[in-house]
Amino acid sequence: MSKITINIDGKEIQTQEGEYILNAARANDIFIPAICYLTRCSPTLACRLCLVEADGKQVYACNAKAKEGMSIATSSENIAKERRAIMEVYDVNHPLQCGVCDQSGECELQNYTLEMGVDSQSYSVKDVNRKDKDWGHIHYNPGLCIVCERCVTTCKDMIGDNALKTVARGADALEAEFKESMPKDAYAMWNKLNKSLIGLSSGEEMLDCTSCGECAAVCPVGALVDTHFIYTSNAWELKQIPATCGHCSAGCQISYDVKHTNIDNTDEKIYRVMNEWNYVSLCGAGRYGFDYQNEVKTKDERAFKNAIEAFKKADTIEFTSTITNEEAFVLQSLKEKHGYKLVNKEAKAFQTFLNNYSEISGTKLYGYDLEATHNANFVVSVGAALKSDNPNARYALNNSMTVNKGAGLYFHPLKDPVIEGLGKSIMTVYHAPLQEEAALYLILDLFADKEKLPSDIVNYLASFHSTKTITVEEIIKEEITEIVKVMKKNEESGEEEEVEEEKKKMVPKKISKEVEVDDNRLLEILGADDKFMENLEKNLAKKDSFALIAGADLYTHPSSKNLARLLALIEKYSAFEITMIPTLTNSLGVALICELDEICGEYTIGYNTKGDFTLSALGNGDLDMPAINQQEGTLTSINKRVNPTNAAIGYKGYELNDIANELGMKAEHVIEYTSKLPLDKGFKAKNFDDLPNHYDNDGTEHRGYLLDNVSVKTNGDESVETFGDKKLEGTIIYMANPVRQFTPFTNKATNLDEVSGVYMSEEFLSKSDLKEGESVRVKSDNGELIANIVSDNKISGDIIVLPTFDSKINSEALFSSYRFATASIERV
Amino acid sequence: MHNEHIDKHFNDRNVTEMSSDYYLVGIEDYPSDNWGRFKRILKRSFRGELFVGLWVVLREMIRFDIHTVRYPEEKMPIGPRYRAIHQMKRLWESDTERCIGCGLCEKICISNCIRIDTKLDENSRKEVSEYSINLGRCIFCGYCAEVCPELAITHGGEYENASDQREHFTMYQDMLTPLDKMRAGTQVEFEGFGSITPHEDERVKKTPLAY
Repeated sequence: MSKITINIDGKEIQTQEGEYILNAARANDIFIPAICYLTRCSPTLACRLCLVEADGKQVYACNAKAKEGMSIATSSENIAKERRAIMEVYDVNHPLQCGVCDQSGECELQNYTLEMGVDSQSYSVKDVNRKDKDWGHIHYNPGLCIVCERCVTTCKDMIGDNALKTVARGADALEAEFKESMPKDAYAMWNKLNKSLIGLSSGEEMLDCTSCGECAAVCPVGALVDTHFIYTSNAWELKQIPATCGHCSAGCQISYDVKHTNIDNTDEKIYRVMNEWNYVSLCGAGRYGFDYQNEVKTKDERAFKNAIEAFKKADTIEFTSTITNEEAFVLQSLKEKHGYKLVNKEAKAFQTFLNNYSEISGTKLYGYDLEATHNANFVVSVGAALKSDNPNARYALNNSMTVNKGAGLYFHPLKDPVIEGLGKSIMTVYHAPLQEEAALYLILDLFADKEKLPSDIVNYLASFHSTKTITVEEIIKEEITEIVKVMKKNEESGEEEEVEEEKKKMVPKKISKEVEVDDNRLLEILGADDKFMENLEKNLAKKDSFALIAGADLYTHPSSKNLARLLALIEKYSAFEITMIPTLTNSLGVALICELDEICGEYTIGYNTKGDFTLSALGNGDLDMPAINQQEGTLTSINKRVNPTNAAIGYKGYELNDIANELGMKAEHVIEYTSKLPLDKGFKAKNFDDLPNHYDNDGTEHRGYLLDNVSVKTNGDESVETFGDKKLEGTIIYMANPVRQFTPFTNKATNLDEVSGVYMSEEFLSKSDLKEGESVRVKSDNGELIANIVSDNKISGDIIVLPTFDSKINSEALFSSYRFATASIERV
Repeated sequence: MHNEHIDKHFNDRNVTEMSSDYYLVGIEDYPSDNWGRFKRILKRSFRGELFVGLWVVLREMIRFDIHTVRYPEEKMPIGPRYRAIHQMKRLWESDTERCIGCGLCEKICISNCIRIDTKLDENSRKEVSEYSINLGRCIFCGYCAEVCPELAITHGGEYENASDQREHFTMYQDMLTPLDKMRAGTQVEFEGFGSITPHEDERVKKTPLAY
């Protein structure tokens, strides 16, 4: 893509070749009205407000691409007429309930009505009965809906649920005279608007999607509202606290909208979570899981004293990665000062994996981020339950397929209808657990530059290939000659007469022939279907940018070292841009800041995990700690970005910094450590208060800073090991959470009501004699647990999923470290 | 036009040159020496103006021709635009509360004394669950009544608000027009800022309807 110069309203601006005029204008602070267009999604062309004149021709700015030297006028007499008529049409039958509408002034309909100066109405049509609909977590008021289809667009192009669509409105046809008298585009837009409303694609009464609430966030009017928020507060009363979501490693930009709790209680309460939906899309946990704060009445001095005692006694601190970088720094400093062991299994696995990866790649961190995945057009995912491990990675995959006309390849043992539902161009390979290496070898085989790849590996890959003869049916075109009778004028007599004529014709014919084809045994090992190569070839047409997402299954894999090295090889010898999903919120930050140990000592302090003395932000420990939404600090995201987050609501108890101060460190606030994060790991010496947290109009992210990808010395050894054919067999259990749940923190949120238990697919339940709600004992070599069966329609196949978000179900006890295990299940 | 007038009124402060309407009030200079100050003290002390006042009172007392109102037995009629303790009006048609819970009064209140809690009621409508006015802070400016799109919150004529707790006057249920008053048809519309002007009908542009 090359830079070009275009002229908008006399202003010369630089933009990319092929960029939409609207985006180019927005990036340069030039205003073109538009309602239906969403940045990062495909143009909908519903509102038609973005009409502009490009080189004297009227085009829609949202789907007309900028060309070198183009001259654009954002308005003309005719366009102004169209825009005014469009806004009048939008106001036809729109209720004048602005006073009670939840959009409360954040309404784009209101803004544009005023912008276009609509002070009278010229059009009318009989209204239809439009009743409110309760869709579960979303409330739809069709009376307020202007059918801009932004909800449908974001659900399709960004989220990938395809849960919404336009449905028939059942209104009378527009009066014929309008067609003549109205501006052309306004009429066309009205004609479409008058025929449709928004409905559920499933045809059911309730939404059954991954419940992200992005549709309500993008709604320009008050038609789609989060059910929990309806009529609780006017938007203008809410104070927006810029923050970073603390639930997973995506580190999404959010703002906590806070206000006093009620008339009697002036303590701040979070009413909702909003986001910059043009540039970032939230998942259900981020959107609805906001009230996980640890409410503490006062400083518990006794518990604090006990904590200091415990710290003096302890030799180990065990913690989870739901902490800020500063807290991780505090823990590391305490280790250096007092010799504590720091234990965090999941971050340790990730740290080891990154180190192994660095040995070949020569960089501390993976090379790319989800931004690259959004922009790629062929995305592969290996070793991640994408929809629940990191919903934003799924959005990136889906977005690349819908907007970049891309394709995807998803390797995972767990069958996933949500991933399959992303569209036709996603290919799924449900391989057996422990066969992740085969998947990476296959990627090397298919995409790596064999001439540069070490010869051992090339030979090893070649050993999987053989030729086989298969019979294929082919349709060829065959020429046949037939005799037809035609009427012809006899030139002599001038009369019509029948003449026989020979005519040649091509007809299709089916033949079968034997061909020699390449047979790749890796495909067989992975269990890919027969059409895999054929489909892949189709999907790879016109693809030029490749991204690979690697997930947590790889970090805990018995041969994770080999997997890490294979990933590095893929990055080095193929065009794939690699992103790794850090296991939990700040696993990456912890892995970089802390030196982690393997085994706990004799007396353990647990931070958000059970220990001999427990510090907990969950409210169930010996000393209370603040949750992420009550803390200032930074979180390191999958995008290798150090994002600042702020305290949305107050916290009255002690925090880790108080303990650290007591143990010989010195800082008034924990954010004093932000500038001291280790520079040799890629952090920067920047003060917390200097970290930005916003996006530019062109989508440029200004949030915190990007980590430097520090280079690491390599010894040139690029050998990798072969893989065994070890597979897990029998009943397989997998450690993963349902969509919208990550940790006990999400479980604490009142609006996230996922039932915990042993998740089984409907398919599995119908085959077995088990029923939903029954209590079962799940037993593996490592341990056992008893829980209720939950039927989950977001998974299919035979693998049983055990969650980690509910601390009542100790799923970790059943697994050695790898996320899959074999188990037996019996009713109790 | 209107703005020009305001501009002139507020911004034309150039007394000496522009406006002949202004004149200087004759004020004696303050005495600068001690003798002058002593003379001023004498003049102020023995002027006898105190006795003028006493005489007026005595004269009026003897005359028995009192023009003041015998409060609290007697009360002056309060003007329709008077701004005393708030009232909540009901709809004439259905006797239901006019307040829709839009929160504009809460927003506009310059002494920040109104707070309102709302929720979704069982008919899918916005319902006011709590409404409070902190009369300790209220300055009776009338903005709430002016901004109210439903003519729901208004000021009333009740100015006697001496009590243990001023908040007793702003219980939502008490501010609402009593139902018997509605039945009797004696709810009084507020005529101050925010009320409908007499020529409203002429100013309205009609919207075409397809029925």
